[in-house]
Amino acid sequence: MTKVLMDGNSAIGEAAIRAGCQCYFGYPITPQNELTEYMATHLSRRKGCAFVQAESEIAAINMVYGASVAGARAMTSSSSPGISLKQEGISYLAACELPAVIVNMQRGGPGLGSISAAQSDYFQATRGGGHGDYRTIVLGPSSVQELADLTMRAFDLADRYKIPVVILGDGVLGQMKEPVEFKREAPSVPPIREGALRGAKGRPSKIIKTFTSNPSELEEINWSLFRRYALIKKEETACETFLTDDARLVVVAFGIAARIARGAIKNLRSEGLKVGLMRPVTLWPFPDEPLKEMSKTIKQYLVFEMNMGQMVEDVQLALAGQGELAFYGRPGGVIPNPSEVARVISRLYYQKGLK
Amino acid sequence: MKTIYMHPKSLKKTPFHYCPGCGHSVVHRLVCEVIDEMDLQERTIGIPPPGCSVFAYNYFDVDMAESAHGRGAAVATGIKRAYPASVVFTYQGDGDLAGIGTAETIHAANRGENVTTIFINNAVYGMTGGQMAPTTLRGMKTTTTPYGRDHILEGHPIRMSEILAMLDGVAYIERVAVNSPANIRKAKKAIAKAFQVQLDGRGFSMVEILSPCPTNWKMTPVKSWQWVDEEMTRVFPLGVYKDIGEKKGAD
Repeated sequence: MTKVLMDGNSAIGEAAIRAGCQCYFGYPITPQNELTEYMATHLSRRKGCAFVQAESEIAAINMVYGASVAGARAMTSSSSPGISLKQEGISYLAACELPAVIVNMQRGGPGLGSISAAQSDYFQATRGGGHGDYRTIVLGPSSVQELADLTMRAFDLADRYKIPVVILGDGVLGQMKEPVEFKREAPSVPPIREGALRGAKGRPSKIIKTFTSNPSELEEINWSLFRRYALIKKEETACETFLTDDARLVVVAFGIAARIARGAIKNLRSEGLKVGLMRPVTLWPFPDEPLKEMSKTIKQYLVFEMNMGQMVEDVQLALAGQGELAFYGRPGGVIPNPSEVARVISRLYYQKGLK
Repeated sequence: MKTIYMHPKSLKKTPFHYCPGCGHSVVHRLVCEVIDEMDLQERTIGIPPPGCSVFAYNYFDVDMAESAHGRGAAVATGIKRAYPASVVFTYQGDGDLAGIGTAETIHAANRGENVTTIFINNAVYGMTGGQMAPTTLRGMKTTTTPYGRDHILEGHPIRMSEILAMLDGVAYIERVAVNSPANIRKAKKAIAKAFQVQLDGRGFSMVEILSPCPTNWKMTPVKSWQWVDEEMTRVFPLGVYKDIGEKKGAD
């Protein structure tokens, strides 16, 4: 397989097609339009596949719901304000245990915000986002290659656990061009999920519903969802570490912020500072066990996010008082460079007497 | 011996929870009769809405997927695009189709989605207790228009059949009522035609059904049937609003 140079948004589209995505429903919003356009060009002409530019984000997510009801691998994408509109549909998908892939190439908020990259939808993504007691799997890629890999994985996870999966990217990842290798060939016929609604032929009719007038029944549905979430947490939690073995200070960052932190850490290592990086790949389930384990030997942590401090709460919960925690964040779509982050890290390093 | 009455095969033998005189149970039965007569039970997917008819899935013996409020046309689009061999119908009330779901409805219709919509117009939000609907008549008292709908403040009843008929993607639209045996027979014919339009791949089809809601109208069933004739049909005249004929694919 050869590498091709591609922007992140298009790479998600290509990866989705190769993962057997049959239906894509989108609505224009910057900075993710290349993905919608890629699907309009490349998915719409594939046999048995469907592309619809919906009239709204709300319509798009409900089209995803319909396609998933019928057993298709289905996807939608948007950026922060549009993702807020999709929350209704995501709640229904979660309640009905329907797989789907939702891409959020985050931009600055709140409100219409800016079109620059940000990470301020972490809370929304990792706490469910819509109404009701539920979670979605949330993946945090930090390169174009990982966008492609995690897109494929997202479809597999969604089907395996019958759950919506959110890819939490950002405007930089979507626009940035990098070499990428696609590790699968597209299936000639998109797969159809077993147990989908395809008409009551040779079997009794089936119902997909969320409403019940019986609270005990609904409680059992909730229990059943959370039993599955416990399994996902056990089986699918993923993170990456970089130079943590001898580190005295570990930076915890996800997505593009982790990429920036990595550059800072490389530079600081060359100056002799023992610093490392812990990067959650699954943002939900959050990799709290690896952090807990790390906190036995490493005591100083710095969470760096492109927001005012959201993931930092998960890190705090994971550390459970074991280790000192500092935070550095830039909100609103400001993208700090590695030298700015390096200054923050080294200041903390020296202040805490880690040299 | 000639059989003149049977329980439709695609209607479950579950007793209806609907109020006496309500149009839902009649319409459920009509849709099921059509599904049986056209032999569609094994390929039909129905989309019930929130509201009184959320429990439609307890009555229709076909695959059913509940939609969020107003999103039926978008869900139908997703199902039909993913599985074009299916026969897809949405079942929607006036708040659902003409209020919260206006955008989804208009755009699915305009795309000429090959799906059928059964639109129950009873001029109120039923399940929530009789609030003003987009189709509430002028002067009509509801729990949120206790002094009668004042068009200066609350606007006018919206006529969805007329609006949708203007769209090029729409193949067939008829407004019927289920308030008399003759009208019920006409309603069934319209439903059958709408499904046939879908089978022929001619585009979006909808049957708007004026349906009595005696409970929220605070009338007896008999009075509510009369009220459909005397008041509702004056604002919502019955008839065919769009029929592109045999042409395949509305343009």
